[in-house]
Amino acid sequence: MTTVEERNYKVIGTRPIRHDGADKVTGRAIYGIDYHMTGELWGKILRSPHAHANIVRIDTSKAEALPGVRAVITGRDLPVAADMELDDGETSINTAHLSNNVMAHRKALYRGHAVAAVAADNQHIAEDAVALIEVEYEVLPPVLVGRDAMKADSPLVHPEQTTKTMSYRFDPGTDTGQKSNVAGRTEMRLGDVEAGFKQADVIVEREFFTNWVHQGYIEAQNATVLWNNDDSIQVWNSSQGTFNQRQLMAEILKHPVSKIRITPQEIGGGFGGKIPVYLEVPAAVLSKKSGRPVKMMMNRSEVFEGTGPASGSQMVCKMGATKDGKIVAAYAELVFEAGAFPGSAVGAGAQGMFTTYNIENILIEAYDVVVNKPKSAAYRSPGTPQTCFAAESVVDELAYKLGIDPLEFRIKNAAKEGDRRADGVAHPVMGNLECMEALKATDHYKSDLGGPNRGRGVASGYWGNAGMPASCAVSINPNGTVSLAEGSPDIGGSRVSLAMMTAEAFGIPAEDVVPIIKDTDSIGYNGLTAGSSTTLRNGVAIAQVAKQAIDLMKARAARLWETEVDNVDFADGIFFSKAESELKLTFKELAAKLMETGGPISTAASVAPRGAGPSFSTHIVDVEVDPETGKVDILKYTAAQDVGVAIHPSYVEGQVQGGAAQGIGWALNEEYFYDDSGRMVNSSYLDYRMPTSLDLPDIDAILVQVPNPDHPFGVRGVAEISIVPPLGAVANAIHAAVGVRMQDLPMAPHKIVKAIQEKDASSNGAG
Amino acid sequence: MATVWIPSPYRDLAGGAETVVVPGATVRQVTRNLDEAYPGFWERLVDPERDRIRAGVTVVVNGISVGYALHEPVGENDEVHYLPAIAGGV
Repeated sequence: MTTVEERNYKVIGTRPIRHDGADKVTGRAIYGIDYHMTGELWGKILRSPHAHANIVRIDTSKAEALPGVRAVITGRDLPVAADMELDDGETSINTAHLSNNVMAHRKALYRGHAVAAVAADNQHIAEDAVALIEVEYEVLPPVLVGRDAMKADSPLVHPEQTTKTMSYRFDPGTDTGQKSNVAGRTEMRLGDVEAGFKQADVIVEREFFTNWVHQGYIEAQNATVLWNNDDSIQVWNSSQGTFNQRQLMAEILKHPVSKIRITPQEIGGGFGGKIPVYLEVPAAVLSKKSGRPVKMMMNRSEVFEGTGPASGSQMVCKMGATKDGKIVAAYAELVFEAGAFPGSAVGAGAQGMFTTYNIENILIEAYDVVVNKPKSAAYRSPGTPQTCFAAESVVDELAYKLGIDPLEFRIKNAAKEGDRRADGVAHPVMGNLECMEALKATDHYKSDLGGPNRGRGVASGYWGNAGMPASCAVSINPNGTVSLAEGSPDIGGSRVSLAMMTAEAFGIPAEDVVPIIKDTDSIGYNGLTAGSSTTLRNGVAIAQVAKQAIDLMKARAARLWETEVDNVDFADGIFFSKAESELKLTFKELAAKLMETGGPISTAASVAPRGAGPSFSTHIVDVEVDPETGKVDILKYTAAQDVGVAIHPSYVEGQVQGGAAQGIGWALNEEYFYDDSGRMVNSSYLDYRMPTSLDLPDIDAILVQVPNPDHPFGVRGVAEISIVPPLGAVANAIHAAVGVRMQDLPMAPHKIVKAIQEKDASSNGAG
Repeated sequence: MATVWIPSPYRDLAGGAETVVVPGATVRQVTRNLDEAYPGFWERLVDPERDRIRAGVTVVVNGISVGYALHEPVGENDEVHYLPAIAGGV
């Protein structure tokens, strides 16, 4: 379903078969692990069995002596990285932390932290060799929960780390000298929150908890790396950003960026988790030491324990409203567990938390806290699912207490263009209210629930989206097709969306564009396939390269027609003379004449677009709760999202549905389950419960199209926002069904049964 | 003159003000003039070694992120924000 506005496009908005479809469905697509080199070795990581331990001694002699072992490395084989902040796509990263996360230097900071690696003739020898490495640990008490880590008597993950006051992550700040696991504190303040709460007739304050969850991509991290004799490094891997990873490798290895080439292979999911480097660095060092290419791939337990999940959090959320239903104040305290190194997504979570609403008085205090768990990484709208779970639960309770329909309450308070976010920035053109209105008009919203213990929940969400640089090149082929070279790994269908924008610009069918993803030496810089930015930023580059090519082709037409170029124009795939109406050439006809009019035409452009355009979304969900077992069944789900202009509606709908499915898993089932020693005890897909097709109904996606005025095709990011509303929507639906407010994720059956029992006991006691 | 929104953690430097009005035609000039009026901002916002806004900060002019370059233009009545580059979790 599409609402609001449709532009008069020929290709954009249609649903052609994706260019990589045949390879993907026939199994011929080349993923990272499918790439092979003659003489390649198999690498394997030795990981810490302890969540917190000093590394006293590592003895690799037995491993090195094993026949078939070609190289063994430890943290000592990596250069000492500079302690500096590095721009990293959407944010910044500390290079020393990055290096230390790739391979522990003196201390193991989480179970699964890499402490050594081997390269051997095959996987079996590599595994045997890893088992022969002797590591003497001094085991330290771990700290696993953010609020515990903030206490004065907590074990310190980084003994040298001190808390800085008034600090963003980047701020030199005022060093208190106080040793602490609090890596950073930030705040956002708008208006006067104390005065705002004094205006409120109803105030709700609740505490919320969310657990660590993994992105759950199917393909595990992998890399094949060759450190060649000329000191050039070549990498074939699966990532969300080859140029970003090239920079990170250069910083860790202290190697010239021009000597590293990364060739992207197909990627089996990422959702933010394949932005950092993990295996690429040890594989490079092993290759240098052995003189052979080295292939590495994680198993599933390594993926869970050795890569970056989404942070767990502990949050306080307080909101106040007047009796006529106006939200007048909002406060939050956010504690996010960053994992072993600073840099959780708490800042993004803070920015997105109350942004769906026009609230004049806001205070958000946010803490980035290190604990003995893997370094957290981005996961689809990083930080915001957690914070919007808290905010949307409290918004719902306010509506309930005021006796106002929860969707009407949201409509009444919806942020509009010109209203200010918590950080003071005014909203641009966006479709927040339009999403809410679209949902209100659905049959789903008007329908009867149809049975007992059923409830309907509503929740909204925001994600800011990102810009980032992009580079593209086009070549006009003699048969009238266009080769499109780009540099963004294709996770969610970007080949086809970029091809469709190219086709639209040239007035040709999408099938006549051939999109190719290049390595880092074959195309200009490209940002991450993240931040919902790939189609947006490449669309800006495509508009530019297409205009350049069309201008060159106009000159060729002018040459053929023996006229001035100013007499030639182009529209809808036709070059025509403005002076003589019978002079026309289709794009294909003129492409065939390029060689006789001056030779081939190709153009390239690099851009750094601004004005990403924020995303808004509102979801409704019907659930049925079994009060005896606490099991929750999702009965019906509808999501309305402002998508700007949907280039390929099927893939936009897929993004909406995929994010909703992941959000439902986060809400009901998924969690890292740790024992007291810091060991994850469910590090397999048998025990880490993600939703399957049997758990979910059809998810109806409503594409609300409010074009981004700062983009040549009206695009705004579509990939991330859809994971934000489900957590709150499901919680609110459970309350509507059985009358309990669930504030601790996941909302597992045993927690729901306990909450119902406590509610019943309270009711009986009161009665 | 541009209206600068003072990052909440730094409002004590500006006497608690949420916004101040500062002259300047570039991010450099606005930041320098902000620091002259309320000392401490330049040190907090600018990386002196690289002569740019610190890594991890995004300057937003009229709602549009313009990155970290000090030469970015600022118009007569523009709004300027210094925000943490927070998409994060990387």
